[in-house]
Amino acid sequence: MLSNQEIADDLLAQYGDKIAGFEEHHEIMSVFTTVETAKPMIAYLYNHPTFKFQYLTDLAGIHYPDNTGGELSVVYHLHSWTHNHRIMIRIFVPIEAPDVPTIVDLHKSANWMEREAYDFFGINFVGHPNLIRILNIEEMDYFPMRKEFPLEDATRQDKIDALFGR
Amino acid sequence: MSETNTNNTLTQRDQPAVMGPQVGNLALKDGVPLIAEDGRELTTLNLGPTHPSTHGIFQNILTMDGEKIVSGVPTIGYIHRAFEKIAERRPLYQITTLTDRMNYCSSPINNMGWHMTVEKLLGIEVPKRAQYIRVIMMELARIADHLICNSILGVDSGAFTGFLYVMQKREEIYEIYEEMCGARLTTNMGRFGGMERDLSNEAIRKIREFIRSFPPVMQEFEKMLNRNRIFIDRTVGVGPVSQEMALQYGFSGPNLRAAGIDYDVRVMSPYSSYQDFDFDIPVGYSGDTYDRFMVRNGEIWESFKIIQQAVENLPEGPFHADAPEYYLPPKQEVYRNMEALIYHFKIVMGEIPIPVGEVYHAVEGGNGELGFHLISDGGRSPYRLKMRRPCFIFYQSYPELCKGVTLSDAIIIMSSMNVIAGELDA
Repeated sequence: MLSNQEIADDLLAQYGDKIAGFEEHHEIMSVFTTVETAKPMIAYLYNHPTFKFQYLTDLAGIHYPDNTGGELSVVYHLHSWTHNHRIMIRIFVPIEAPDVPTIVDLHKSANWMEREAYDFFGINFVGHPNLIRILNIEEMDYFPMRKEFPLEDATRQDKIDALFGR
Repeated sequence: MSETNTNNTLTQRDQPAVMGPQVGNLALKDGVPLIAEDGRELTTLNLGPTHPSTHGIFQNILTMDGEKIVSGVPTIGYIHRAFEKIAERRPLYQITTLTDRMNYCSSPINNMGWHMTVEKLLGIEVPKRAQYIRVIMMELARIADHLICNSILGVDSGAFTGFLYVMQKREEIYEIYEEMCGARLTTNMGRFGGMERDLSNEAIRKIREFIRSFPPVMQEFEKMLNRNRIFIDRTVGVGPVSQEMALQYGFSGPNLRAAGIDYDVRVMSPYSSYQDFDFDIPVGYSGDTYDRFMVRNGEIWESFKIIQQAVENLPEGPFHADAPEYYLPPKQEVYRNMEALIYHFKIVMGEIPIPVGEVYHAVEGGNGELGFHLISDGGRSPYRLKMRRPCFIFYQSYPELCKGVTLSDAIIIMSSMNVIAGELDA
């Protein structure tokens, strides 16, 4: 049985100060790293003799408007079927230049996942073979999942968290 | 005046319909016709968006050399409804109705996957009976899902009889849904913490009736297709998926198992008491259309086994967790009891306490690993909800699978992959 501590120790030995930290949510560990390290790390975990994180479960974009200098985040969900172990690798990129190296050459399944993240968050996957919108229309000139596009009338007063003691 | 016009119209009708440089549906690239290596002209064929054999609204622009497909470009997003965005403005319980509309052939699995995700975040322990009822409903949904897929595969290869025959059994499954939640297709079944109501006597009677009457129908359906010479000729060796390809393209569910990899979320990370049941994971060998068909047939029998076991060993006890903050109180209590009224109001208004945190939970959906990645900042709605929709991920292999095959085979490949437009687009 693989433990998160083992993976964390191994990654720290390999990447050291490139790793910004670890978090654990419901037994799934998140590794925070830099944009440049993410792809080599995914390749390293893919080719690792014991870990074998060879399945890309999902790739999610997230927008954190308050995180200055790293507004957009990409989460890679990796799964090792040999050990039935999941981890996430997270990176942050500034919204002015959201350039992330593509991982399509490692996982073909990342093709549409990256297109989806581009479509909704505007993350620019450098080296992607066909980075165009996938679910929205091509003429769209904004990235709809960013937080500056509220779904409802922002002047509505009846759903403010503060009114309910939060 | 009228005379001249009539004459003009007549003259126009007499002339052949020539439309500029493009005659018919020649494949053009930058205005120049595409030519195959031996000098023949290629044609473009729009398969979809509303083609009956796509079973949903999505398009494939095929470049054809005679009847062979040279290349296919899938276009999706025709029924994109922005569920992930809408979810960021909805209380958690209202998101259940969004999950219904993803894989609408097996909505209860989606509903319960979402409920389990939220329960993990809120830390609610679900009683055993509720877990077993969930298992029964999820496996019924899986049977319905696979029945549709396999019988439609028969229709697409020219055998309509089986489709109509098993539809009757799907109808019975839908009647069980009705008994559990009042709805048939978009079920919104269950609540956070358990089920909305207990299995009624009528529901148990219907499930037992289904257990009694289903095997002969399924056996007859298998007899019709499994060893059918025409069906085997049409499906064996069509659209094979190797293990490497399946892994590279992120396959999961029956399509992956048809390629020979025995990954099943129910076994790898059991949820909702799946560890209590004795069942096998059918796997295929070559990952072709026939294997996908056979794996789904095998899974129907395994699901049937699980339902039998769950009904036989259904534990006594409550059908929902004792979590008044999250579980709607019975309606008659709301009218009589102050506590219940307060909780009812808070839950319906979406003002339940939600911890800050993050959770990823996956269930084995009809098409594979259906995952919910929920990030909560403590507000009334998720900060971000990412749904891993298996269809969206494996469907990107379709251009590679349909390259070089005939159009009729491409239809069968798509049909056997069970691409559901609702799940594809979300």
